[in-house]
Amino acid sequence: MTFSADAYFAEVMGEFEASPRASAIHFSRRSILKLSGAAGAGLILAFTLGPVTEAAAAAMSAKDFAPNAFLRVSPDGSILIYAHRPEIGQGIKTAVPLIVAEEMDAAWADVKVEQAPINTALYGRQSAGGSTSIPTSWDQLRQAGAAARSMLITAAAKKWGVPVSECTTADSAVAHAASKRQLRYGELALAAAALPVPDVKTLTLKTRAQYRLLGNRFTGVDNLKVVTGQPLFGIDQAMPGMLYAVYEKCPAVGGKVISANLDHIKTLPGVKDAFILEGNGVTSDVMPGVAIVADSTWNAFKAKAALQVNWDESKASKDSWTKLQAEAKKIAKQAGAENITKSGDVDAALKGAAKTLEAFYSYPFVPHATLEPQNTTAWFKGDSIELWAPTQTPERAITQVAKLLNLPENRVTLNQTRAGGGFGRRLVNDPCCEAAVIAQRVNAPVKLTWTREDDMRHDFYRPGGFHQFTAGLDAAGKLVGWKVHFITFSSDGKTPVAGGNIPAAEFPLPLVAHGELTQSMLPLMTPCGAWRAPRSNAIAFATQSFIHELAVAAGRDHLEFLLEILGEPRHIPPATSAALNTGRAAAVIKLAAEKAGWGKPLPQGHGLGLAFYFSHAGHFAEVAEVSVDAQKRVTIHNVVMAGDIGPIINMSGAENQCQGGIIDGLSTMMNLQVGIENGRVIEGNFTEYPILRINKAPPKIEVHFIQSDNTPTGVGEPALPPVAPAIANAIFAASGIRVRSLPLRNEGLTV
Amino acid sequence: MFKVNGTEHSLDGIDPATPLLWVLRDTLGLVGAKYGCGIAQCGACTVQLNGVPIRACSTPISAIDGQSITTIEGLAAPDGKLHALQQAWIDYDVAQCGYCQAGQLMSAAALLKDKPAPTDADIDQAMAGHICRCGTYTRIRQAIYAAAKGGVA
Ligand code: FES
Ligand code: FES
Repeated sequence: MTFSADAYFAEVMGEFEASPRASAIHFSRRSILKLSGAAGAGLILAFTLGPVTEAAAAAMSAKDFAPNAFLRVSPDGSILIYAHRPEIGQGIKTAVPLIVAEEMDAAWADVKVEQAPINTALYGRQSAGGSTSIPTSWDQLRQAGAAARSMLITAAAKKWGVPVSECTTADSAVAHAASKRQLRYGELALAAAALPVPDVKTLTLKTRAQYRLLGNRFTGVDNLKVVTGQPLFGIDQAMPGMLYAVYEKCPAVGGKVISANLDHIKTLPGVKDAFILEGNGVTSDVMPGVAIVADSTWNAFKAKAALQVNWDESKASKDSWTKLQAEAKKIAKQAGAENITKSGDVDAALKGAAKTLEAFYSYPFVPHATLEPQNTTAWFKGDSIELWAPTQTPERAITQVAKLLNLPENRVTLNQTRAGGGFGRRLVNDPCCEAAVIAQRVNAPVKLTWTREDDMRHDFYRPGGFHQFTAGLDAAGKLVGWKVHFITFSSDGKTPVAGGNIPAAEFPLPLVAHGELTQSMLPLMTPCGAWRAPRSNAIAFATQSFIHELAVAAGRDHLEFLLEILGEPRHIPPATSAALNTGRAAAVIKLAAEKAGWGKPLPQGHGLGLAFYFSHAGHFAEVAEVSVDAQKRVTIHNVVMAGDIGPIINMSGAENQCQGGIIDGLSTMMNLQVGIENGRVIEGNFTEYPILRINKAPPKIEVHFIQSDNTPTGVGEPALPPVAPAIANAIFAASGIRVRSLPLRNEGLTV
Repeated sequence: MFKVNGTEHSLDGIDPATPLLWVLRDTLGLVGAKYGCGIAQCGACTVQLNGVPIRACSTPISAIDGQSITTIEGLAAPDGKLHALQQAWIDYDVAQCGYCQAGQLMSAAALLKDKPAPTDADIDQAMAGHICRCGTYTRIRQAIYAAAKGGVA
């Protein structure tokens, strides 16, 4: 029996990976449509943000089309732009409208942003993940803005009877310099609305040098609401008559309910109902458990604490992290069961090497631990259901709920709320599905809230993993052979668990003449998933630490050794802006090194560590300065980062993501792990899962970008992977202690 | 009887053991204070009791009988003018997901009242009870310094 969500993740992540990052989308004229709103409504443009589908075109031309995907210039001068992707803290709700506003030359102060309804026919994909939201919408957003600008400038030129070429736009106004005339966009909205929409092919998009908004610093559009405590998040939803639910699942995944003390639970204060759900046995939908519905969150939590369930664990997980680690160590030195990639003759290369080096690296399972625990509010109304959910994949939630409740998809309405952190956890809609199934039994709106312990123990974890490396150096200290045995997990014996695969092109394999990557999979039932920079977040630690080990063994400077591996500037196939480019890589490495003062004299006991990683189409290098005292206490003095993700949309947002990613990476490498025994995740709350706090955070995190004309790519993830190896390498430089296993606290190192 | 942001509320009919957090969120509809851990570990639920930051998730409602609570909804002046920290939080674009920030602000506000010119160590001490899962610590520190410099109303 498999109840794994791996297939679900394969689909979700496959979708992200297949997302066009370069300008590969072909536009039809119909990708932008003018809407005739109510008389006097002003200029309303609708545009699709996905590849233009038949459905989108149909939706847009339908007579009764409700203007959803649009930007609107109102006669009062306000400009409304809808943000179509979930805001999970990555800043997308600010970045997307900025792109539109830039091309239309709108004054940012005039722009109002609203969260778009979920309607994929109109907006294309509305999920947030894989750092793909910006690259997949870049061209459409710019064209929508440019089309609006073109209509507004044409309207002004007509009014004045001057050629369009004599007019200019800036700050929500068209100007005619020769006659010193100016009209605000609001004043032109009605006239512009009467004009035909220009063919997108005739639109000229701005060059980077012409940007007025992009690249500057903008505060998030919801920040006022955030700092005044307005109800923004899923967990904040409330409505008259709403009830509060909790859901208890088997602590070992796969267990079923035999019986529970429901009669007693129903007598507890405030409890309205308690019932067993069989679920459909899929972790990404609904697993078996006991639901309790009460008149307040607290009464529901209290009743949950008094709940006693007799579980049938005959088919449940018996996973043991201790045993899995021992097993991995045992097989590490054998060749892997499966060959992932092979180039040249690695065994001969290693035999002929002047020096060979071996090392075994490992890292543990980690949960996402979003600060807002999983939750969803659902209201079942007989033949339809309405949901309020902090999800990263709203359209999938609709499909899943429709299936579970046997409703047509158009009877499922999902209201996208802000999410208190995502990190990949909310790519899965299990809380949404549970809430829907519970709501079906309750004659009222019901908010399902997971306790922190539920959240930590019923996650889709970043899988642990193991890398056995062997590499050879020639007499000149040059890397001549690279061999890895990667040990991961599988729920079906055929494919690795979600987030536990390794690509054949894993760094530095495409760059070495003699390389080999083999893989073994240990059986696992614990659910795994996508965790901020899936697989890269862990692989980077192993690979980039081992490269440093090799540089040390060769008696060479790490920076120079790394640049030598990269070699001449070139694209590693496929040659798109989404692929590794050794030139862009070398540039960020050199910049980070320079800004960190690589090679400078350091105070006694300090060390610098360097690491590079390419993920999510972003080239990132980081240099950490640390010191280690006699008690093995690590102090992080500074982290310097250099990244290349094309042009920057919102400098403030991009820096925030990078600094956050670096702190996340540091927190995780130093302290974080969950143990699994008898199928149960041990840690339940922040006492056992000590996320880094302000007093241990580096006082300085310097963020530098190399901006280019490549299509901008996402910044939510790629800053994270290089942190762990940069710090591990710095610890070695400072103290001679080489860490090959995470988290560092297991090795007696504290921060 | 207890006061929240200046308004009196009755405790009648509420189980005295109920944590303040759930009275605020579920009974009074003030959802600015957040649930993050329920065991006084993350600070997301922080409000002020007579000006002192407390963890609402671990404070039974009975303990605040006759006392006065300020939540994030009451941090700005009655005329709507933002507290210097709220303004600094916006100016420095501190939030990522924003979930922890109401709690962070309530502790920061208490800190500045106590120490109008805090040092790094003061900030560490006052703010270490909070977890920001998104890692906005660099900006929290910056924004506290900025608000301190600008003077707190
Ligand atoms: S919810 Fe109160 S401290 Fe975490
Ligand atoms: S901003 Fe997300 S938890 Fe702090």
